Amino acid sequence: MTGRRVDADILRNDSKGPWGSGGNNNDGGSNGGQGSGPRNPWAFPPSGKRTRSSNPIEDWLSKARRGGGGGGGNFLGGGDAKRWYLVAAGVLLAAWIILTSVHPIAAKERGVVTVLGRYTGTLSPGWQVTMPYPLASVTIVDMSVRNETFPENGGDNLVLTQDQNIINLSYSVNWQVANPEDYSFQIRDQQGTVRAVAESAMRAVIATVPLNAAIGSGQDRIAARVQENMQSILDRYHAGVRIQIVAIKGAVAPQQVDEAFKAVSAAEQKAQAQVNNANAYAQQKIAAAQGETAQFDKLYEQYKLAPEVTKRRLYYETMEQVLAKSNKTIVEAPGVTPYLPLPQLKGSSETAAKQGVAP
Amino acid sequence: MNASLIRSPMVLVVAALGLLLLLYNTIYVVSETSQAVILNLGNPVGTVNAWRPGESFGRTNAGLKVKIPFLQSIVWVDKRVRDVDLEGQQVLSTDQLRVEVDAFARYRVVDPITMVRTAGNEERVADQLQPILRAALRNELGKRKMDELLSPERGVVMDNIRAGLQRIASQYGVQIVDVRIKQAELPSGTPLESAFERMRTARLQEATTITARGQRAAQIIQAQADATAAQIYAASFNKDPAFYDFYRAMQSYRATFVGQPGQAMGETSIVLSPQDGYLRQFEAK
Repeated sequence: MTGRRVDADILRNDSKGPWGSGGNNNDGGSNGGQGSGPRNPWAFPPSGKRTRSSNPIEDWLSKARRGGGGGGGNFLGGGDAKRWYLVAAGVLLAAWIILTSVHPIAAKERGVVTVLGRYTGTLSPGWQVTMPYPLASVTIVDMSVRNETFPENGGDNLVLTQDQNIINLSYSVNWQVANPEDYSFQIRDQQGTVRAVAESAMRAVIATVPLNAAIGSGQDRIAARVQENMQSILDRYHAGVRIQIVAIKGAVAPQQVDEAFKAVSAAEQKAQAQVNNANAYAQQKIAAAQGETAQFDKLYEQYKLAPEVTKRRLYYETMEQVLAKSNKTIVEAPGVTPYLPLPQLKGSSETAAKQGVAP
Repeated sequence: MNASLIRSPMVLVVAALGLLLLLYNTIYVVSETSQAVILNLGNPVGTVNAWRPGESFGRTNAGLKVKIPFLQSIVWVDKRVRDVDLEGQQVLSTDQLRVEVDAFARYRVVDPITMVRTAGNEERVADQLQPILRAALRNELGKRKMDELLSPERGVVMDNIRAGLQRIASQYGVQIVDVRIKQAELPSGTPLESAFERMRTARLQEATTITARGQRAAQIIQAQADATAAQIYAASFNKDPAFYDFYRAMQSYRATFVGQPGQAMGETSIVLSPQDGYLRQFEAK
């Protein structure tokens, strides 16, 4: 029994030899990293066996050694070669263990560790150590904020509103992983899920608001509601995802009806202008009334104190101004018939004959 | 067995290979994301790491497991939430409007043995759920009017679809987590064009209304201003109508005969009688 075990060990070493030396020569690390190392001992027994029994193979093997392992194999004897293989295997194994059990986790990452399939813990940022690969496997989860934009690559994204109008909507969703275990184990196609949920929630909310709210003032409220809905849906899936923010980037009329929408805003401007003009007129009118009446009131106060004098003064002042600028004819009546140069008078429309101004 | 037979390398290799095959058929690893259904000669007899509500990872049955080699085989079933997608389903609402609906259902296999018995494997579950979802969607949406589809009642509609889908999905050991409409759009072509036309005319109507309202508001403001001014005048002048008449007449004479500087005035000739009030003092009584 013991002999058999020793043989088996030798077999293993021998069989690993060509691989080991070849691997060493190329790049032991990368060879180990690919995970093909551990299978080798079993993959090669047939050639290893024949090493022992047939000389041609022995020759072939030593050739291979020379070719693959460089000069090293040449100078070592048979017994030394075995030791050399042992060392090489040891080095490889050590490299393998180190490479697959030490994990650099960046600040914005977590590592979800499963040992033989079962979840055992989550690695925090830093250099972390686990069992080597086939036993433990580490899934790195990016915890940084990710951004999804809708529509994904430009173009139109037509959405129906409550009043069956159509708007062209573009928005973005920022999300991040809140719980790396749920994120890894609970849902399939995580990003696709987030996108589908975002689209569904956004359209459901837009379907409850009328057009004017969607393209106008209601956008903040819409975004907040979408965020809330998305979060509750994803929580129902146990997705381990947190929605950071939903931002509506643009909610505009589709270009097919853009002209008509512009006509509305033009009409709004025009209506506002009309109201402004009316207000200006009103201010002017009222101010004028106040000014005129104030003038009258002040005069009236004085008139009350001395009615006769004030009245006559006003009368004379006015007549003075009126008559000073006019041509005057004084006619001694009765008996004299004045000759009025009618054609001359006719020419001017503003002409007025003034007779007997009542004081 | 004699020693030479034991030591024969050929036998050793065969034995090692045999052992390996045995191990390979005995030991298996169940990950956190999968459930294993154990088949006894093709007959499902048990599950490993089956989904249970509210379990926490690390306490599940995932890990290294052993089964009876060769006799038992395994069907792997995803433990995670999966989805069925429906794209571009034409649905006719009761008011004869055509809507193009994209929907999806999220589901999870909660009873993998039932699933394996009825569907065989996961892909076939998805294949069978899709037509059921399509039928449920069409049935439920076809009973509604267009505006109901868009209204907050959509939640109720979705719940009905989910319930309908769940009834059938239960036969497959599947739990429907959620059914949602991703998009509901008017189909391109005539329906979309007529919707645009409706929007356009609605906008133009709004524009006209806004213009008319603006005009009305302006007129009302002006009328109110006129009224206020009249009130101010009346309150002041009504204190002494006779004096106002005189005062205003004086102002008026000045305006008509004197005018403002720079203003074009007609030439005025005035014929006065010595008896005129203004010339009263001529007579020097």
